[in-house]
Order: sequence, then structure tokens, then C-alpha cells
Amino acid sequence: MSAVLLGCTGLDKRFGGVLALAEVGFSINRGEIYGLIGPNGAGKTTLFNALTGIYASDAGGFSFAGEALAGLRPDQIAARGIARTFQNIRLFGNLSALDNVMIGRHVRTRAGVFGAVLRTRAMRIEEAAIEKRARELLEYVGIAARANDVARQLPYGDQRRLEIARALATEPKLLALDEPAAGMNATETLELKKLLQRVRADGTTILLIEHDMKLVMELCDRVLVLDYGRRIAEGPPREVQRDARVIEAYLGVAGAA
Amino acid sequence: MRPLNVFSHAQAKWIGVALIAIALIGLPFALASAGTAWVRIANLAILFVFLSLGLNIVVGFAGLLDLGYVAFYAVGAYAYALLASPHFNLHLPPWVILPIGALVACLFGVLLGAPTLKLRGDYLAIVTLGFGEIVRIFLNNLSQPVNITNGPQGISRIDPFHLGAFSFNRTETAFGLVFSGPIKYYYLLLALLLLAIVINLRLQHSRIGRAWEAVREDEVAARAMGINTTRIKLLAFAMGASFGGVAGGMFAAIQGFISPESFVLVESVMVLSMVVLGGMGNVWGVVLGAVLLSFVPELLRYTVEPLQKSLFGKSIIEPEVIRMLLFGLALVLMMLYRPAGLLPSAVRKRELLQPKRSAP
Repeated sequence: MSAVLLGCTGLDKRFGGVLALAEVGFSINRGEIYGLIGPNGAGKTTLFNALTGIYASDAGGFSFAGEALAGLRPDQIAARGIARTFQNIRLFGNLSALDNVMIGRHVRTRAGVFGAVLRTRAMRIEEAAIEKRARELLEYVGIAARANDVARQLPYGDQRRLEIARALATEPKLLALDEPAAGMNATETLELKKLLQRVRADGTTILLIEHDMKLVMELCDRVLVLDYGRRIAEGPPREVQRDARVIEAYLGVAGAA
Repeated sequence: MRPLNVFSHAQAKWIGVALIAIALIGLPFALASAGTAWVRIANLAILFVFLSLGLNIVVGFAGLLDLGYVAFYAVGAYAYALLASPHFNLHLPPWVILPIGALVACLFGVLLGAPTLKLRGDYLAIVTLGFGEIVRIFLNNLSQPVNITNGPQGISRIDPFHLGAFSFNRTETAFGLVFSGPIKYYYLLLALLLLAIVINLRLQHSRIGRAWEAVREDEVAARAMGINTTRIKLLAFAMGASFGGVAGGMFAAIQGFISPESFVLVESVMVLSMVVLGGMGNVWGVVLGAVLLSFVPELLRYTVEPLQKSLFGKSIIEPEVIRMLLFGLALVLMMLYRPAGLLPSAVRKRELLQPKRSAP
């Protein structure tokens, strides 16, 4: 088993005349927490959408666990073991928290129409297992008490946790999080940090888009910096932090203003 | 605070179920005493409940607006008629034809679904509406060059439903009771309906049902969670269509005669109204909606005319006109006071009270 879980080479994505991603390349090792940062509009979410099959890339692409992901649909990519959360939370808002996580189990379970209609033994066993696992995951992210609450009515921080629980329900090898700490207060962010460390310790690799630099610096093993769709730096957070091009991208050139 | 009644909650529930069962079993005899026509009306009502449950899978569970549902009803009816009538001189046993009808309708469901499921909302509604009309027009015109459907004349002398020598058309006497044809059909339809309700409920609370809910709520998120949305939507179409096919087959068997005229757009609208009035996505709501919309117009038909005669001495407004007037009034009132239906599902109610969310 190679150390590299996700490889990306020469990735281009164009929207009309705008080059949203240009020749982006990187690789993520198994067990890593890999950060993806950059100013607004740098192409971070576009990269997520290309990775998870929502957009087709114009050139280049990803290989995951040794297999090319090009041309696969989002559901096929989820089945391969990549789960994501969304920047602007996309829960199944009118369903209960428990149902949300149970839906996450879809891709790892089998029961079809006949199983459902006939209530076969296998189906009932599977159904019980789905619910058990969903409750465990709610417990894992710390919102077990909210199982029966409507997702949309949960506090913001809990919605973020629920999205992570739902993503974990698909048993991902790679968990891709799009700004999980957005809108969280300091306490919630600290809890999120502990949660993500635990997820990694339990064997899931993490790709993290985040604007909270403190969190990125404390959590990530390596960081990729994008600016205007181009890779401008990569490395351990401490080094990237001192990189002149990164400072320029975030703060502008000294004396230019 | 403890409830004061002597029965526990579970006991009360079973007593309720038993009472409803007794009422349903006794109903045809009560209706027969008012005239066999009422038993026929009840049978058609059950058929419409069955149809509504099928459409509920598409509209209520998967959230796909289908305005051409009657096409599947038509396909099922013609499948039965062609395989059990003098038209082709085929007389297959009904228990063979009904599954064939379901299968053919299912196939048509996939045929309609496969190219259109990229569309959403209003656009899907328009395409399905067109599909319903296309099927009807085909049935109307497939009498030449080769006579398949017999065109607008329709197909008559369709075999009644029978199991071996036991025909559902003959009057029989047993246990000192007279079982007329319609009464026998009533029990057969009731059994089929029970089956439909069980299938609906079980589908709803299964992995498939949850996937439909997910697709309805947020397609992008559903896909990201590993749900093959195209397949799951196609499945909803196919399931709903099979229900339509079975209902169509039963319709042909009961009526003994069908023509394209029985499968017009208004029928689709009627079935959709039943689903919406009752409460999309809630099986019991849909049953209630279908029963109300089947029975109330008939009740009006039989009461409005005599009432006018006794009040004014003559009939001033046609019963048909009043029916439509009251129907419109009911729909307006419903939109005002119960926009999610009479018995909406909790999830659907929340959906209707929430502003629409944008595309990715």
C-alpha cells in the first residue's frame, strides 16, 4: 500500500474565460491532515467540487488509492471512499439528525425494493445495524442528545457536527471538510479540533479547507496555498506561514498600497 | 397526567383497527341496500385510492411532479384488455395478466423517466403531461394500419376477473348473504389496496425510502452521500407506474369496456389532487384524500338535484356544474388553510413552510 492516498496532477478548471484552477498538483499521504488555504476566490471550493465529481475538470485530475477518478459520478466517488461536507451546510434540513446520518449509510448498505417490501430477515438486520451505527456516530461527534431533532433547527455548530457525522457514515478513507469552523466560536472550534484529531487517530485522512489560521496551524501536517487558482506554496504550516508569496497573497505587497 | 380511559394506548389502537376492519367488511352490504350503484362507486373509489398511493411514491416520496400518471393506468388497462378479450381472441388468466400489466407499465415508467429525469420541477411536469397525452393519442390512433387498440371505439367484452372457474362477475349466495358481482370485486380490491398500503409504508421506512427523501431534500448532498440519484428517481417512477398498471388492469376487468376517453388529462389531475389534498408523502393522508375526492362528488350528484327540486320545484343549476364549483372552492380553502394537505407528513409540512433553496 503506497503512502499516497490522493494524488492530483495538472488540474485545470475553466468557467468561461476564467481559469479557476490552473495546473494544480499535490498529493495527500494516508493518515495526514492536509490543509487547503488561500484568499477568497482562490479556487478551494472549486477544487473540492472537482474532487467529488460535481464539476468535470478541463485537464488533469485525481487519482485516489491508485485509481483515477476522472469521469466518475459523485455517488461513485463517495462509494470509492471520499466524503465531503459543504461550505454552506447542506443537510437534509427537514429530516431528523438521525435520519441524516442514516442516509449516509446508504452507500455501504444493500437492501433494495424487494427487501424493503418483504421485510426480509437480512433487511431487518441491516436496518437495525444502520440505526445503531448512526446513533454511534451522533455520539462520536457529540450530538447524541439531538438525534430526533430536526436538522434545520439545530444550533449552527451542531449542524456542522452533524454534517461530519453524516460524511463519516459513508466510511470514507478521505474526509474532505469545507470550512468546518466557519461561524463557530472559540469553544466550538476547540471541540472541532479535538474531534478532527480523533477522526484522524481512528484512521481517516482529512483534507481541510479553513480560514481559521490558528486552527490550520495547530491541526494540519501540511498545507497547500492557492491564489487565483494557482498553487503558490506547500509545506508544513510553519514554513508556509513565512513564505513571501503567501504573505503577499494574503496581505498584499509592502508599500504597494 | 394519566389518561382516564380504561384501555392502554396499544389496546386502543388495536380496537380502532378492528372497528375499521369490521366497518370495511360490512360496508358493501350497507351500500348495496342503497343500491348496487353505490357499491360500484365504492369500487372505483378504492381503485382511485390505489392509484393515488402509486402516484404518492413519485410525488410524495421522491418529490417528482408527474402530470401524466394516467398514462400508466391506461397502459395497464389496455394490457389487460388486449390479453383477455375477443379483440385478439386471447383469454389469459387475470392473475397472469395483472403482473404483465404492472411490468409493462413499469417499462413505460422507465421509458418516460430515463430521458426526463435530468429535468426538475415545472419542466418535468410539462414533459410528463405531454407523455400522458401522447399515450392517449397513440391508443386513439393505433387502429390502423394494424388494428391494435381498436381506436376510439375502445375494446369491449373484456373478461371479468376470475380465478379458475370462480368469476367475480356472477352473483352468488353464501352464509345466507347475496354476494353480487360488485360486492365480490369490492373485497378483491380491498385486499389489493391493503397490499398497496403495506408496500407504501414499508418502502417509506426503508433504505430506499430514505434515499427518496434525501433526493427530494437536496439532490447535490444526496449525490455526495453516494446515492445514485438517477437510479433512485427512476425506481420511484417505475414503482409508481407499476401501481398504475395494476389499477388499470382491475379497471378494465371491472368495467368490461375501455376506450381512450377513460384516460384523459383530467384523470391525472384528479389523482394528483387526491395526493395533494390528503397530504403528500403521508400514506394515510393520501388514502383520506382519495376517499374524499371519490365519494363527495358522487354524494353531491345524488343530493344536489333532489335538494333543488324540493327547494325551488325545479333543477336550476346542473349537478355537474355545482360539483366543479364546490371542487374549486374546496381547493381554494385548502390552499388557504391547509397548504400541506389534510394529513400532511411532518417532514413534508416543514418543507412547505421553508423557503426554496438555491442550486449548488
